[in-house]
Amino acid sequence: MDFTYVILIPLIPLAAFLLLGIFNQKIKPAVSGYIGVAGLSASAALSFYTAYQYFFVGGKVDGVYQTFVEKTTWMNFTDTLAIDMGILIDPISVMMLIVVSIVSLMVHIYSRGYMKGDDGYTRFFAFLGLFSFSMFGLVLATNLFQIYIFWELVGVSSYLLIGYYYTKTSAVAAAKKAFIVTRFADLGFLIGILIIGYYTGTYDFETLNNPEGSAILSWSSTSFMGLSFLTWALILIFMGGAGKSAMFPLHIWLPDAMEGPTPVSALIHAATMVVAGVYLVARLFPMYYFIEDGFALNIVAYVGGFSSLFAAIIAITQTDIKRVLAFSTMSQLGYMMMALGVSGYDGHEGVGYMASMFHLFTHAMFKALLFLGAGSVIHAVHSNYLKDMGGLRKYMPITNITFLIAALAIAGVFPLSGFWSKDEILVAAFEHNKLLYFVGVFVAGLTAFYMFRLYFGIFWGKDTQYKHVPHESPISMTLPLMLLAFISIVGGFIPFSELITADRAGFEAHLNIPLAIVATVVGLTGIGLAYVFYKKENDLADRFANAFGPFYKWASNKFYFDEIYMFVTKKIIFKRIAWPIAFFDKKYVDGTMEGIGNKTVVISEKIKGMQSGKVQDYAFGFIAGVVVLAMVFIYLWTN
Amino acid sequence: MIAGISIYEILTVTSILFFIGVYGFITRKNLISILMSIELILNASVINFVVINKYLYPDMLQGVFFSIFIIAVAAAETALAVSIIINLYRQIASVEVKDTEIMKY
Amino acid sequence: MDILSLFVIVPVLTILILGFTKGLKQARIVSMVGSIIQLGMSINLIFAYFKERKINEEIMVFTKDYVWFEQFNIHYAIGVDGISVALLLLTSIVVLAGVFISWKTDDLPKEFFISLLVLSTGVYGFFISIDLFTMFVFYEIAVIPMYLLIGIWGSGPKEYSAMKLTLMLMGASAVLLVGVLGIYFNSNADGGALTFNILEIAQVNIPFEAQKLFFPLTFIGFAVLGALFPFHTWSPDGHASAPTAVSMLHAGVLMKLGGYGVFRVAMFLLPAGAMHWDWFFIILAATGVIYGAFGALKQTDLKYINAYSSVSHLGMVLFALLMLNKTAWNGALMQSLSHGFMTALFFALIGMIYGRTHTRDITKLGGLLKVIPFISAIYVIAGLASLGLPGFSGFVAEMNIFVGAFQNEGMFYRIATILSVSAIVVTAVYILRVVGIMLMGQVKNKEYLELQDATWYETTGILLLLIPIIGMGVAPLWLSDMLLESIQPFIQGVL
Repeated sequence: MDFTYVILIPLIPLAAFLLLGIFNQKIKPAVSGYIGVAGLSASAALSFYTAYQYFFVGGKVDGVYQTFVEKTTWMNFTDTLAIDMGILIDPISVMMLIVVSIVSLMVHIYSRGYMKGDDGYTRFFAFLGLFSFSMFGLVLATNLFQIYIFWELVGVSSYLLIGYYYTKTSAVAAAKKAFIVTRFADLGFLIGILIIGYYTGTYDFETLNNPEGSAILSWSSTSFMGLSFLTWALILIFMGGAGKSAMFPLHIWLPDAMEGPTPVSALIHAATMVVAGVYLVARLFPMYYFIEDGFALNIVAYVGGFSSLFAAIIAITQTDIKRVLAFSTMSQLGYMMMALGVSGYDGHEGVGYMASMFHLFTHAMFKALLFLGAGSVIHAVHSNYLKDMGGLRKYMPITNITFLIAALAIAGVFPLSGFWSKDEILVAAFEHNKLLYFVGVFVAGLTAFYMFRLYFGIFWGKDTQYKHVPHESPISMTLPLMLLAFISIVGGFIPFSELITADRAGFEAHLNIPLAIVATVVGLTGIGLAYVFYKKENDLADRFANAFGPFYKWASNKFYFDEIYMFVTKKIIFKRIAWPIAFFDKKYVDGTMEGIGNKTVVISEKIKGMQSGKVQDYAFGFIAGVVVLAMVFIYLWTN
Repeated sequence: MIAGISIYEILTVTSILFFIGVYGFITRKNLISILMSIELILNASVINFVVINKYLYPDMLQGVFFSIFIIAVAAAETALAVSIIINLYRQIASVEVKDTEIMKY
Repeated sequence: MDILSLFVIVPVLTILILGFTKGLKQARIVSMVGSIIQLGMSINLIFAYFKERKINEEIMVFTKDYVWFEQFNIHYAIGVDGISVALLLLTSIVVLAGVFISWKTDDLPKEFFISLLVLSTGVYGFFISIDLFTMFVFYEIAVIPMYLLIGIWGSGPKEYSAMKLTLMLMGASAVLLVGVLGIYFNSNADGGALTFNILEIAQVNIPFEAQKLFFPLTFIGFAVLGALFPFHTWSPDGHASAPTAVSMLHAGVLMKLGGYGVFRVAMFLLPAGAMHWDWFFIILAATGVIYGAFGALKQTDLKYINAYSSVSHLGMVLFALLMLNKTAWNGALMQSLSHGFMTALFFALIGMIYGRTHTRDITKLGGLLKVIPFISAIYVIAGLASLGLPGFSGFVAEMNIFVGAFQNEGMFYRIATILSVSAIVVTAVYILRVVGIMLMGQVKNKEYLELQDATWYETTGILLLLIPIIGMGVAPLWLSDMLLESIQPFIQGVL
């Protein structure tokens, strides 16, 4: 199969970005919207075509999905080590193409309505183009370095888009925080890459991931502090992934990132960029699985499980609807990581891997839908806070219905897409790690609860009196909602287990009825509780919160992690490192140099009297010198 | 070659002359006196040239030539120095060394 | 007339013609024309080089050799390889951009441009020489005009800064001279005549004792110009006081002489000394990398921030050179180029902002994106390039350095490498801090609302510098291969 045309998928948004970026001032806003949408439509069409070609026409040989690679050398390090640029077509990259292009296209369409009349309309679409380009590039990367390159580029697009309202101080701070936290995580990623490059001599995924390849087989030949160097590398790479995917404890940037425009939150901080970490682990899954018996993979599992629990608890207490969704995203990403972590490799053993990718897909759809729905609500009431909302179902019927669908999907209600993917995750956890299974079930209940707390709080609850009567959003905004709602309903019926598996061979997935019943019961309990608490305005929820006392307070303050980080950066790095260094530089380093100069002046002050300016003094010195020397020489000669 | 007088005697005289000049150069406060001391030094060396030429290398003439050179240079130098001193006198109405320190650091 | 000597002759001619000009208009036109010719020549040189490289296997091509001072065997010997070709291009671009940025120099314009071009003559000469003595002479020619340029056209405590800079660099060159003479007097170790020619000395096995003695002298002599910790303090003060174009030239080009000299002389001629001393200088260089980054974190003056970031970035160059392998060296040279363009761009932008707002204190600025969007957007781009974003030159250079540094086994090297890598996070912090405070947020001063965006000559200057940054970042292959090929004989000589 020839997949060369896939290169166009990232290049079209890039072209749109360059066009809009360079002629920023000269293009009319309306036109720039069309350029963006048209570019993404083309990319999306190509993505679908690619997926069709790959999954149903020519991707399989002997029942196993093949990897197709087209690449060219970008830069040589040594004779054997180089960075290549290219495209890699395999099941997960094709799936990601679909996810990214659908969500990105929806967000483009949506933004035409949402951003209407904004000063930086053209700039916004330019940045969206840049992001889409980078994300496609990341997905299609053929090697670690390429993925790192695009990894950084999505990071910077995220920075630019979070800081889109650059006159708002909080947005600027949030953008900076997001970039720096992920940059810190990328430090680990980079060091991991360096280790892998050195010890395996390649960055290519194909070579690295080959279970019979030298990279995997030779892991035990090196060791450092009790673990193989490659295990360290994988842990460090996971650190990069954890930063992007907002895993504990590198999650602090994600809630703040909600300062960006809502479509951006939907695209970058819910559906695509934040799953890059999951994608990265999935991309290197054979390495994670085989090296040191999956030591690094266990870390992935526990970090994922803990993050999902941690975030779900915080999500219950938040009052900013976008932050609830942000913590929900973090929780669901933890779910995916956990699924990867408990996965095996062959056949049905690899159900966790499949489930993770499945959940990635369905989550992207319904979470994008939730964000866009939230955007629609915010657009109508001009506030992010639950206290300003309530009873909106009367004013915004389409938003109401689609939001409900998404909420049901994430809560895992049969037969919406979330039900199927969540079920597979729980199956995988049940089979491999009982502890994580219970965490998963508990989180599922929490998810259903906070999601319906949100839903009831926005669309039911108290009848708020609005200054401006809210109205349904324009068609450009509701159309993406409806499309995404449709995918959220039917997405669960895609036979993922035949398309995307760790060993590429596919297997028959069966619904595990007892587990499904447990999950559904837990989910419905969560929904029921939320119904009781929030359907009608009452004080049950407050009383309940008070019962938890300090714990509730901790959770609503996100367990003070922001404060801890603030303390470390402001008090320690700035006060205790940067300031002393600046002082030391001025006082001692520069002082030494200065001191040499000043001492020279002082000494010359002292001895300048010798330079009396009188020829006679000089002559005296000269003659005295001659005489003394003459005497010395005579003395030496005569002896 | 002067009968009865050896080179040592003449060199002793010139040495005395030279050191009188040096002494004068170092100790005099008056610019004119300093100039005169320099002349003494120069003349001492001129005599040395001639004498050494005559006593040691009687068949050569370089020493004599050189003494003429020195006399010429000394004349020029004196003229120059005196003109500087006169100019200085016009400026500060003094030819004392201690009064010429205004350019010092 | 040979193609290389023209690089020295054209600026000298330009200077002569400048002597006859009157007023700013004539002076800047003449300088611009001269610099454009120079740029044309360096572009032409690249093509000529590639053509010549195909048929010529020598280390240096286009070599010419004229006896200059026979008694000491001093020659005016010139030649280039891929490395000097790239650096010549850098120089000519930065000089031209500098001329554009100084378009409005009202104060003694003729003298200003003359000094600027004298400086560039020295740099060109330095890059083409392969004779140590000639090299040293050009080095001095490049350093001296700095004193005048800062002392006369500078701002703030300019006399102090000019004096500090000149004295420290002169002190370094005194040390360097001792090193150079040390090499010279040991260049007959295998018999034969004493020589200053680098290529001839490279064939000689200089005794280990001599290498041990002279390597630190040569290294420090050059590295002071490359802002080696703790000899970097001339750089912040010097940059802060220098006029824009001088900062550009200085940070962009002159500081590259340090890294280049270390590479060409210290490493190439005294490899055993380098291996003996590497641990010591690696500590200094790695300290410089981290230290510069943290130093920049706390500054509020734009030029100081940039000067400290230069300390950090150039520390990376020295660090990579000490790693003694091909990849790291390639990275060091690319970092030199990349930093040259980037930092020149930064200083140009800072000059523009300062020219408009009359302050460089970031706490007094704010919201500039709103009022001067073009300059601010370019500032963001330059910032992103400086923090090593892929797609810009900084990234390819840094990756080469890190991958190269990581090739050295041994815990010491590993730890030094990881420390240096971690500087990229700090870099991100101080760059984004500036961007956040200065460009974003609300406009703090009502008067700023009246500011004009970049003029045509400023835009030209910016684009001249921006294009190579992006070019290197997007398609590094040809450059990195050209450099790698030229590094090959050097690395073979060393190992």
